[in-house]
Amino acid sequence: MRWTLPLLLLLGACAGPRHVLEPRGPNAGAISRMAIYSFWAAGVTFLLVILALVAVWRAGARRAARADADAIDPAADASATRRVVLALAAVTVVLFVYVGASVATGSAIAWPRGEPEPLVIEVTGKQWWWQVRYVTRDPSREVLTANEIHIPAGVRVRIVGSASDVIHSFWIPSLAGKQDLIPGYRTSFWIRADRPGAYGGQCAEFCGHQHAHMGLRVVAQPPADFRAWYEGQLASGAPPRTASERHGQAVFQQRTCAMCHRVAGTEAGSRVGPDLTHLATRGHIAAGTLTNTREHLARWITDPQSVKPGVRMPATQLSAADRDALLDYLQSLR
Amino acid sequence: MSVTKGPPSEPARVLAGAAPIPDRDTAALHLRLAEVWGDAPGLAGWLTTVDHKRIALRYMVTAFVFFILGGVEAALMRAQLSRPENGLIGPDLYNQLFSTHGTTMMFLFAVPMVEAIALYFVPLMLGTRNVAFPRLNAYGYWTYLCGGTLLYVGLLSNTGPDAGWFAYTPLSGPEFSPGKRMDVWAQMITFTEIAGIISAVEIIATAFLHRAPGMALQRVPLFVWGMVTMSVMVLFAMPVVATDSMMLAMDRLVGTHFFNIAEGGDPLLWQHLFWFFAHPEVYIIFIPGLAMVSAILPTFTRRPAFGYPALVMSQLSIAFLSFSLWVHHMFATPIPQVGQGFFTASSVLVALPTAVALFCFLAMIGTGRPRWATPMLFVAGFVIVFTVGGLTGVILASIPIDLQMTDTMFVPGHIHYVLFGGFVFPMFGAFYYWFPKITGRMMSELLGRIQFGMMITGVGLAFTPLLALGVAGMPRRVYTYLPGLGWDWLNQASTVGAVLLALSVGLFLVNAIRSWRGGAPAGPDPWGGGTLEWATSSPPPAYNFAHLPVVAGREPLWERPDALPVVTGMHDDRRELLVTSAMDAIPDVREASLGPTIAPLFAALATAVTFIGGIFFPQAFIVGPALMFPALLMWGWPRGEPSSDRPIVEAP
Repeated sequence: MRWTLPLLLLLGACAGPRHVLEPRGPNAGAISRMAIYSFWAAGVTFLLVILALVAVWRAGARRAARADADAIDPAADASATRRVVLALAAVTVVLFVYVGASVATGSAIAWPRGEPEPLVIEVTGKQWWWQVRYVTRDPSREVLTANEIHIPAGVRVRIVGSASDVIHSFWIPSLAGKQDLIPGYRTSFWIRADRPGAYGGQCAEFCGHQHAHMGLRVVAQPPADFRAWYEGQLASGAPPRTASERHGQAVFQQRTCAMCHRVAGTEAGSRVGPDLTHLATRGHIAAGTLTNTREHLARWITDPQSVKPGVRMPATQLSAADRDALLDYLQSLR
Repeated sequence: MSVTKGPPSEPARVLAGAAPIPDRDTAALHLRLAEVWGDAPGLAGWLTTVDHKRIALRYMVTAFVFFILGGVEAALMRAQLSRPENGLIGPDLYNQLFSTHGTTMMFLFAVPMVEAIALYFVPLMLGTRNVAFPRLNAYGYWTYLCGGTLLYVGLLSNTGPDAGWFAYTPLSGPEFSPGKRMDVWAQMITFTEIAGIISAVEIIATAFLHRAPGMALQRVPLFVWGMVTMSVMVLFAMPVVATDSMMLAMDRLVGTHFFNIAEGGDPLLWQHLFWFFAHPEVYIIFIPGLAMVSAILPTFTRRPAFGYPALVMSQLSIAFLSFSLWVHHMFATPIPQVGQGFFTASSVLVALPTAVALFCFLAMIGTGRPRWATPMLFVAGFVIVFTVGGLTGVILASIPIDLQMTDTMFVPGHIHYVLFGGFVFPMFGAFYYWFPKITGRMMSELLGRIQFGMMITGVGLAFTPLLALGVAGMPRRVYTYLPGLGWDWLNQASTVGAVLLALSVGLFLVNAIRSWRGGAPAGPDPWGGGTLEWATSSPPPAYNFAHLPVVAGREPLWERPDALPVVTGMHDDRRELLVTSAMDAIPDVREASLGPTIAPLFAALATAVTFIGGIFFPQAFIVGPALMFPALLMWGWPRGEPSSDRPIVEAP
């Protein structure tokens, strides 16, 4: 505990991608500034308490060495009382400043009054993945995807969150603080990434077996790239071109896959599991657990329980030919 | 004026001076009292005893066993988290382990332990012979034992709770936690709440009815103040969680919809009720920590408490404020902004009375003549470790920072600093301080110092990395994590710290067992303490005091080192307690005190049939109370003791 402060400094030097004190947007930035001041203030206070402990220890030892010392020295008690009152006054002032700073930071991370909302994204937490829906007035331009949220860089994006089973919590540490997604409630908050890049996070409210593997990524793109991505997502699933892909699509629709997953423009229309219309464009599968490679896809389809024990997705027994065809089809979904 | 055998011919009276009493300490008197207050030998006595010391010691040992079990769970979790994507423990077992760890430490270790220490020492410090309701006290212990056993039978049969010690709905509800795991948890809560409320009632009633004559409120030891404050908090907080867990049990077992949003229930209702209990719970554990420090410090600084009224007010204000800040556990839920501001302010405000206590303790060391025996080292540990816990708590009280830090490893780091600093260090200090009183033997100072060194290093090494991990973005309650996020070495460091903590607790056990068997004899007052528990032999006899003492100050043994004035006229042929007035402790009546019986054990077993049976078949809710009826008949069966023989004791 004596090393709290140096450790925090050390952390600043070797921080990871999800470090709270390395913000990549104004929301997390405001919090980070306040947190850094608070950590410093706490560290200084801690050192003062340790110094006080050493000081009273030595003062007490000096009194103990005097054989004739009375149990109570009124002058010493009066002086100690004055010091206690002064210290309490100092603590009171610091706490007032702290509450004021907290309220000010609170307003800095609120949605600015009257500012228009260019983009509203609805995120629904599910055991153990994220359903992402881009809300528009025009239903034909609605985009449905999972686990990967694309946003334009430099734009304040409204997130509206809820959950369909148990409570989850939306958290991208480098962009904003977390918000609980609660069944029956709608939580509203915002994120903004200053620069293009991918920002990771994961569910922060304990939600059952695979709480540890409920990852989420926000991909910030230059606005033009984002518009292109969005138009691409509006398209139906890519029609199979080769014989293998056609066979794979048949496997997808005849075996268990289609019972939970949707590929827009095909007979597979279920929304129990993540939407796979543009699966091949995503960087990860299994909610941020595996990178989206052919080997990982194969493992995930044939034995998902070895990757995420307890996951809702059942194992699917496939012949080698069926499996390869299915993988061809899934990898064609761009 | 002498103590009489048989009904006294004159009312009992308080002797104003320390005039020698003819048979003041005769062997015959001790024998008579030992016969009246003692238990039957062997198992029969063990099962029927209502002696507060035996029951409290039993509570302490049981709670310490649960402390060790909770520690084993923690060690398993730390082993699993020592490297990313570790395959040692799967999510199903890990979730049971962390839920059982939290549940054990909160419900089976911390609260029972503080209440056990209070049940042992409050009557001794007050100068009385037993708690106000001795049979209820025994019943409380047996229900607690049933509840704790239920939880561990559940865990060992793969039916341990797996939705966290906070058991958020709907995850803990019937749809997402099928099976019996959460039923076991909910019923265990009910058991321990019964035991907790009973102990609180005992402490409050004993402290307000049975104080030694002369112990007016302004002379009550700070330790007793703290324990009474804690007990009042228990009375307000625990019924709320008992209601909450009962609602959950009903949702699960009989199909109510308190927390089902689809039928008009509300999952957030669970959180409000739970945290309305669980936030004060932390202070229910922490205020006794302050109380123990307040007992240790005057003895080892060799001066009366510095700032006695400030310390009493500090404890009371912490207790009051702690009921107004539960929402800071829910800042990430949809709560109106104004409410959030209020709860930030109240959360920060509680730092102020805490600072009052801390500064008074420091001033007590500086203006006293401290001796650095092991209990004092643990007080220094309390100051160091709790300060980190308190400061990280102030950081979490700010809503914007909390939105980043809540539900990360920062929070387990913070709460462990709070609970180790605020309770575990004072508790070990109290063990070293009072072990001679309980056993009559001293503990090894050398081993105590080594244990202290290991524990404070272990705390720093185990929990500082958790704070750092939270800042680095690692969520809590995860059974594993992906590599490449900068979390690996911090987790390894924390695991090493956990090993050190386990070794430190093991060293304490070695020290305790060795000292119990062969430690140096302690004598009645080895540390030169000033409060009444040091006025009797070590270990105290079944009747605590041959003569009930009379006090005229806060540290009666310091003010009258030769002999205390005593009460005369108490029966020595039957169990009797002296009732004094609530404010000024003026002797009022002599009250019969109930003796040993097996009835509390039977009643607790009937309670267990009701709650444990109810998990599996609803008929248990009829069978259990039916079994309870004969137990209660036996419990309250009139003994033919003259109820009219309760004269008012004359004031001196």
